[in-house]
Amino acid sequence: MNNDSLWSIFLNASLVNNFVLAYFLGICPFLGVSGKLATATRMGGAVCFVMLVSSVCAYGIHHLLIAIDAPYLQLISYIVVIASTVQLVEMFIKKMSPTLFRALGIFLPLITTNCAILGLALFQTNKGYDLLQCVVYALGAGSGFTLALVLMAGVREKLELATVPDMVQGTALTLMIAGILSLSFMGFAGLGA
Amino acid sequence: MVNKGSAATSSSTDEFIKGLWRDNPVFVQVLGMCPVLAVTNSGINALAMGLATLFVLVLSNALVSMLRHFIPRQVRIATFILIIATFVTVVDYLIQAISLDLHRALGAFISLIVVNCLILGRAEAFACKNSVGRSILDGLGMGVGFTFALLCLGGVREILGNGSLFGVALFPAGFQPWIVMILPSGGFFTLGLWLLLFNYLKGRRQARQTLAQEVGV
Repeated sequence: MNNDSLWSIFLNASLVNNFVLAYFLGICPFLGVSGKLATATRMGGAVCFVMLVSSVCAYGIHHLLIAIDAPYLQLISYIVVIASTVQLVEMFIKKMSPTLFRALGIFLPLITTNCAILGLALFQTNKGYDLLQCVVYALGAGSGFTLALVLMAGVREKLELATVPDMVQGTALTLMIAGILSLSFMGFAGLGA
Repeated sequence: MVNKGSAATSSSTDEFIKGLWRDNPVFVQVLGMCPVLAVTNSGINALAMGLATLFVLVLSNALVSMLRHFIPRQVRIATFILIIATFVTVVDYLIQAISLDLHRALGAFISLIVVNCLILGRAEAFACKNSVGRSILDGLGMGVGFTFALLCLGGVREILGNGSLFGVALFPAGFQPWIVMILPSGGFFTLGLWLLLFNYLKGRRQARQTLAQEVGV
């Protein structure tokens, strides 16, 4: 069991050990969907939701697997739960907002292979959080992911208007910005300890 | 697919070669970024991660290719993920048995091989359409290319951030290590610089080709 206070769990997951900028989880959508501010916000929302649901499910599964003494099934069952949650979100978004569905494109089904979500499920199991701590951890991680995505999208929208050398254009430039963002997030170190 | 007419041997070598350089999964396709950035703070971690990914990639490519006529189209992604997850569980226990220290250093990132887009991408784009032999070659090529890229990053970061390579000190005692290279932001910077280099080389090649065309005309 883990005795971290809820507030420090939240701060830790969202700022100090930001999933994207400190743990390098979820880099693919971070590089892929951060072109426009509006899309980035909604993508963040979708990821938050999937994180919340799969975190709660992973908590249940972990205890079930301990009960039937089959820890080697952990990875397989986590990934199945995450895949089904993503399927659910995909159907929901397709019904509610076809425009958003098209804007997110391939990155929506790819939330399944977003390491941030599986990483969250694995970390919370390793740290031995109880249900409430899991929920707070998922919220923190989700908001941290959204924050990183939105910051990045903001910078990239401004960059559209700037002239950069051809060679640097594209992923290389995005990675450089991510490096600087990550440097600035280091300023939060020690905040929620 | 481009060189369908060429001899079988040369095209199967091509399946292997393409992953090394022309379609390098990291530098050209920009796939599977998370482990690339996260575990490359030292050369040895990078090598271990590369080999683990290579192992999963080859075996899952082989199995997907063997089962490609039995997997219904609608549930293929879920099936691929299950196959991959099985092999990753095997690797996870294997590394734990071989070296507990390494297992601790790589942490959750071994399990996270499951969600490496590179592996799912190869299963979907190549293994489910090609014969077992070619899929294994493709997996080998991509895996070696991936390991190569990880080593490029891990090497640079360890040399600059720690003054050593694979744990062997390279510089005299007065060397000030660049701590930033070991920190997360160093990963972003190093990968950015490598991509820059690749873009530069690609741009130069294209420029030369257009020049050759103009001269030819």
